[in-house]
Amino acid sequence: MSEGILGFIFPNEFHVHWSFMIVLYPYITGIIAGAFIMSSLYHVFNIKALKPVSRFSLIFAFAFWTCCTLPLLNHLGHPERAFNMLITPSPTSAMAGFGYIYGSYGLLLIGEILLVYRKTLVDLYHKSSGFLKKIYWLLTFGVTEVTPQSLEADKKVIKFLAAIGIPWACLLHGYVGFIFGGVKAVHWWFTPLMPVVFLLSASVSGIAGIVLLYVLIMKYRGEEPDINCLKTCVKFLWGFFILDLTMELLDIGAHAYLRVEHWHVVAGLLAGPLNFTFWKLQMGVFSLIPFLLLAWLSLFNVSDSTLKFFAPLVSLMILIQVILMRWNVVIGGQLISKSGRGYTHFHLEFLGKEGLLVGLIILALPLVVLYVLSKIFPLWYPAKPEAQAS
Amino acid sequence: MSSRSKARPQVIDKEEARRLIDRDRRSFIKKVLGGAIAGSLLMVLEAGGELLPPEQIPGIRGEKYDITKRRFAFVVDITKCIGCGSCCVADKREYNVPDHFARTWIERYLIAEDGEVFVDSPDGGLHGFTPRTDIDKPIRDAFFVPKLCNMCKEAPCVQVCPVGATFKTPDGFVIIDYKRCVGCAYCVQACPYGVRYIHPVLHTADKCTWCYHRVRRGLLPACVNACPTKARKFGDLNDKDSEVYKILHGPSILTVLKKEMGTEPNLYYLGARQEVI
Repeated sequence: MSEGILGFIFPNEFHVHWSFMIVLYPYITGIIAGAFIMSSLYHVFNIKALKPVSRFSLIFAFAFWTCCTLPLLNHLGHPERAFNMLITPSPTSAMAGFGYIYGSYGLLLIGEILLVYRKTLVDLYHKSSGFLKKIYWLLTFGVTEVTPQSLEADKKVIKFLAAIGIPWACLLHGYVGFIFGGVKAVHWWFTPLMPVVFLLSASVSGIAGIVLLYVLIMKYRGEEPDINCLKTCVKFLWGFFILDLTMELLDIGAHAYLRVEHWHVVAGLLAGPLNFTFWKLQMGVFSLIPFLLLAWLSLFNVSDSTLKFFAPLVSLMILIQVILMRWNVVIGGQLISKSGRGYTHFHLEFLGKEGLLVGLIILALPLVVLYVLSKIFPLWYPAKPEAQAS
Repeated sequence: MSSRSKARPQVIDKEEARRLIDRDRRSFIKKVLGGAIAGSLLMVLEAGGELLPPEQIPGIRGEKYDITKRRFAFVVDITKCIGCGSCCVADKREYNVPDHFARTWIERYLIAEDGEVFVDSPDGGLHGFTPRTDIDKPIRDAFFVPKLCNMCKEAPCVQVCPVGATFKTPDGFVIIDYKRCVGCAYCVQACPYGVRYIHPVLHTADKCTWCYHRVRRGLLPACVNACPTKARKFGDLNDKDSEVYKILHGPSILTVLKKEMGTEPNLYYLGARQEVI
């Protein structure tokens, strides 16, 4: 029982209750929010260079949205009572709002996708047959013709949905950050910066996910990714990453400088149990190297092949950085004993109910959903991005 | 001087002797049957209130319980705790508390001459304490600190519970509805005192209840009953005769744990040193 325990901890602290599943939950929500923001950059802010990934971002976000509650349900002691949060929520609880925010965000996402894909769906309805035709009929709500006027009206609604989608995405993930930041009993979490840090890291992970998959899917399809789009993505990634790192370090820097009463337990955490995963991995390998690589890719005129190699590589590293950040926040906070005199230990199982294997399966599921969705909602239609109509 | 003379036995005839024997036999059989029936009825019928131990909290039994008229509080007198673990044993028996978790526990504080503080709580103090041999310093102070739910007036666990399964009662308790709890463990994170855990069998949150089921029957919490030194005190603050009322309204210096958290506990400590967290 006392293996890995440092100092004195309360008797109920030998077990870390929020495990790997709760690490994955903000990770997946972050990817959803980030990917949507990416799509909105084109639809609202009219950044034309991002057009090749604007539709893909939406489907990508939706694929992750479908799997977002899986780690939560797997974690709950009584998942069969999960609906109580929606039907009899406690208004004082930060957690009680999740179902509503998550649900409404899903509706917004679906609405946006159906409108962005409207012309494509109508087109595919006419070209398809059998079961697929019925699906397209349903997805077009039986309105199987488009006119220039209807498309223009759709465009306005798309812009409106994307515009309200940005604050909604911020709300979704900022709120997830508040679930942690609002726990005053855990000194590592208790900071008003937590929602901001979560939101910025969400944007970073969403963009990184889009870049990585965009290049990989293009390679798989034997096509060339749009270099201008890739360059723009990398610049946005770098920008958001600068903000993200600044906020993360500001949080620690403020704690360290102010040296308030609980600083010694946070300092002990960073120097002890989190020394490897926070300083060496999250801040060292997976922040410093991507930061330098992104600066190089953004500021220097690198060749297309270099960009195509390093953009997905740096994105992968940033995706790892963000999951490390989630780990260090979620697990790290719980390692501090509320006795203020010690640190508990967390061992990640491989095969357990909330173990690594189940976590990896949950992380892989959105990619399976993405594949299935791509059969109905073509990620690039017509196949060549430059010939897109939307 | 006792008389050595013996009473002469009464001489009766044979018929009379048989009659007397028959009468005794009938009486014997009647008594046995009566006893057997009465015993059986006791086993079959529900135990009535009169089978409960004597009332320990006055004015609860035999009256309609008005939840708004009671305001319970707990006082722990650190100067009296001897770290025997009786409270923990009583609690574990009362609730069948799973191993490696504790609804109540005892911490041992040892303060060295140089001010260094050593705290331990092996098995939550369930088996008492053995002397520490790992401290190579002169100790200037040693004491035990029993811990249990603080029943906060501004309970963070109540605030964060997404389904309202953890709630506050008007008479000063924070309790859990085990049939509503979803087992999300948000309350476990929110409690600054580490008194909550997820029950490994029920898969819901669990914690000390100050034995609410006993209190509603006029009985003291199990740990209060078990404490041999009366270090644990419990009572109604609306009852001016209760010990807790007198302590809280007397000159004693009382403290609560982690006051800066703003939780306003209903659990008070008498004689707690500044090192106690």
